[in-house]
Amino acid sequence: MVRTQKSPKNGLVKMFLLSNIFSDPERMNQLVSIAQTSLYPMVEGAIKYTIPLTLITFVLGLILAVLTALARLSSIKILQIIARVYVSIIRGTPLLVQLFIIFYGLPNLGITLNPFISAIIGFSLSVGAYASEIIRAAILSIPKGQWEAGYSIGMTYTQALKRIVLPQAARVSIPPLSNTFISLLKDTSLASLILVAEMFRKAQEIAAKNYEFLLLYIEAGAIYWIMCTVLSIIQGRIEDKLNRYVAK
Amino acid sequence: MINIKNLHKSFGDLEVLKGIDLEVEQGKVIVLIGPSGSGKTTFLRCLNLLEVPTDGTIEIDQKLMEFKKTVSKRSITSFRSLTGMVFQNYNLFPHKTAVENVMEGPIIVKNIPKQKAKETAKALLTKVGLGDKVDFYPFQLSGGQQQRVGIARALAMEPKVMLFDEPTSALDPELVGDVLQVMKDLAKEERMTMVVVTHEMRFARDVADEVIFMDEGKIMERGTPEQIFTNPKEERTRRFLNMIQ
Repeated sequence: MVRTQKSPKNGLVKMFLLSNIFSDPERMNQLVSIAQTSLYPMVEGAIKYTIPLTLITFVLGLILAVLTALARLSSIKILQIIARVYVSIIRGTPLLVQLFIIFYGLPNLGITLNPFISAIIGFSLSVGAYASEIIRAAILSIPKGQWEAGYSIGMTYTQALKRIVLPQAARVSIPPLSNTFISLLKDTSLASLILVAEMFRKAQEIAAKNYEFLLLYIEAGAIYWIMCTVLSIIQGRIEDKLNRYVAK
Repeated sequence: MINIKNLHKSFGDLEVLKGIDLEVEQGKVIVLIGPSGSGKTTFLRCLNLLEVPTDGTIEIDQKLMEFKKTVSKRSITSFRSLTGMVFQNYNLFPHKTAVENVMEGPIIVKNIPKQKAKETAKALLTKVGLGDKVDFYPFQLSGGQQQRVGIARALAMEPKVMLFDEPTSALDPELVGDVLQVMKDLAKEERMTMVVVTHEMRFARDVADEVIFMDEGKIMERGTPEQIFTNPKEERTRRFLNMIQ
């Protein structure tokens, strides 16, 4: 490490070697073939773990987030406090630490969870906390008159919430929730550190055997990027649909 | 139809209604006037229990609410169904079309089958002159049209009394007429009991059975439109009428 810092020349030499890869057809073919053979296990990891983990966690997290937002907004003091403490703890500690506590820590209490379940719990708690703030803000952004109009036609709190306020709050919260969703998809790579065989762990395992770290990690990054791009496109579609009742 | 006794409402230390007594017979139209801050809107909102009074009683259609002790949410919801409310800013549901706005209460609150609720809603919209706008979203309608959807939405719940909170104040002048006409028809043809907060003196003259002047949380003067507008007894009523005319 000291050496690379000391000598910029060393960096230049490496760059030269790297550029040499492209002028060496044999090396080039070797890399392409590694990329191809590693693609299958990585995509498998994505389909079997990364994507299900993201979807399940997001749904659970959203439910938790709505409940937490409602608790924060309720007039019952104890619910407010529970919600505040929960959000504070989750936002105030690193996700990786939370995952380690659940997977490596809880066994000390006799609670042993498999990696996938641990990841689902950890990520759901995280999404729940962050998204609850988004949903709380979205609910607050709906004018008081909308609640009153609901009440005035005889609705209860729950009916007004479900039929009038949440559908409008959903529209407001789609862009920030999409951010949370995309972050979540990328954060699932942390699950590799609690032994979930998701995509990035597959990349690590392959790289550990053939030492092609650069290639495999770039390949993993590319797959994440493609998935996130697809999500962005879906986000746009949903926004268009929910915006149909707004003046353009 | 309505019988109010000694109604008080405070927000913290601020007493907004200081003992209101009022009786309204079935089919009568009452117009409330008064300077801003006089408590007339708060009074109207108390009738719908959007504000829960701090003391006194309200009886509507022989159902009595006492406010000395705290009232349950359930009794508020059921008492509220006796009145329909029309808001100054319409408060239509922006994510629902005109007909969906009108159907919402009957379907969700009264559990009326969707198809039947839709027919009733369409008929109501036709009655307020919007038969050709049923599938429009609020943002596609003018203010006057939106307010008429608001009236239809309140009527769909078949209230005993209709409450109007400055229903034309947010409208461009040329759109006021249509809304007032709908209200007039409701009063004259349907014999609907109505309590209206408004600054439309023409409407008050033409439609009201009684005009009530409120100031500082109390009823200062009441009488027929003729009495109030041409020969008010109270100096304050006179000053107020001079200011707005």
